[in-house]
Amino acid sequence: MQDFEKLGVKPVAISVDSPTQSQDLCRKADYTYTFLSDPNTEAIRRYDVLHKGAGVSGHDIARPAEFLIDSTGTIRWINLTDDLRVRARPDQMLGAASTLASQ
Amino acid sequence: MLDHLPENTTASDAAASQSSAKRRPNAPLWIGFLVSIFAFLSYIPIFAKYPSTRDMPWANFLIFALGLVFLFFGLRRAFLQPVLYRGKIAGPILTTLSVAALVFFCLTIFSLGKHLPPSTQAPKVGQKAPDFALADINGRTVSLATLLSAPDASHPTKGVLLVFYRGYW
Repeated sequence: MQDFEKLGVKPVAISVDSPTQSQDLCRKADYTYTFLSDPNTEAIRRYDVLHKGAGVSGHDIARPAEFLIDSTGTIRWINLTDDLRVRARPDQMLGAASTLASQ
Repeated sequence: MLDHLPENTTASDAAASQSSAKRRPNAPLWIGFLVSIFAFLSYIPIFAKYPSTRDMPWANFLIFALGLVFLFFGLRRAFLQPVLYRGKIAGPILTTLSVAALVFFCLTIFSLGKHLPPSTQAPKVGQKAPDFALADINGRTVSLATLLSAPDASHPTKGVLLVFYRGYW
């Protein structure tokens, strides 16, 4: 996580979890980066990463996806997995972040 | 053991006359079965945690293979030396269960995870990132614009990495 900080890239986690749930997660896992709550899947739909009915009792949730955005608000790197098990690895994300930071 | 039997007694007669309790337990069958179950159950708590054993679960397949080797030797003993070893009934059952675990493991790993929506409308590289305003863990509203412009003198913000995840729902 400090590596991202050094590069000047802020990791931001987004899910349908409520702020309280994310707070619990942060406390338990000792995460310090930003967690955002999107219970109405507004941002999730805007990025077209909605996984309809995949949550408990058919709730819509986000599919795993990563977007790297530069300081001008332009998307620079995207990772859309085709398999729930296979998410972006930290080194992949760091690689993309350092490419961005070096420019 | 067979040396002490009368000469006119065949091996199968001997097998029939021996009570099953006298035959030795066939440990490889049970070891093979337990190893296979471990291969099946260990993925989520252990191997899914490390990308190298998660993306391609070779460690689990290796353990499955080990389990099947044990089962193979167990079965061989049970059927080639039925007088000496038990396992003619348990062997096929344990092997079937182990193979079923392997098949189910493959199905789960290689197909269930792929039922993801296509996300064809997702913004592309080079496009402007859609803005949003969402609550953080303290209930404060945070937008993409504020994330990008947040003042931090020592580490100027070069970018934001959005990580969408499934959450606990």
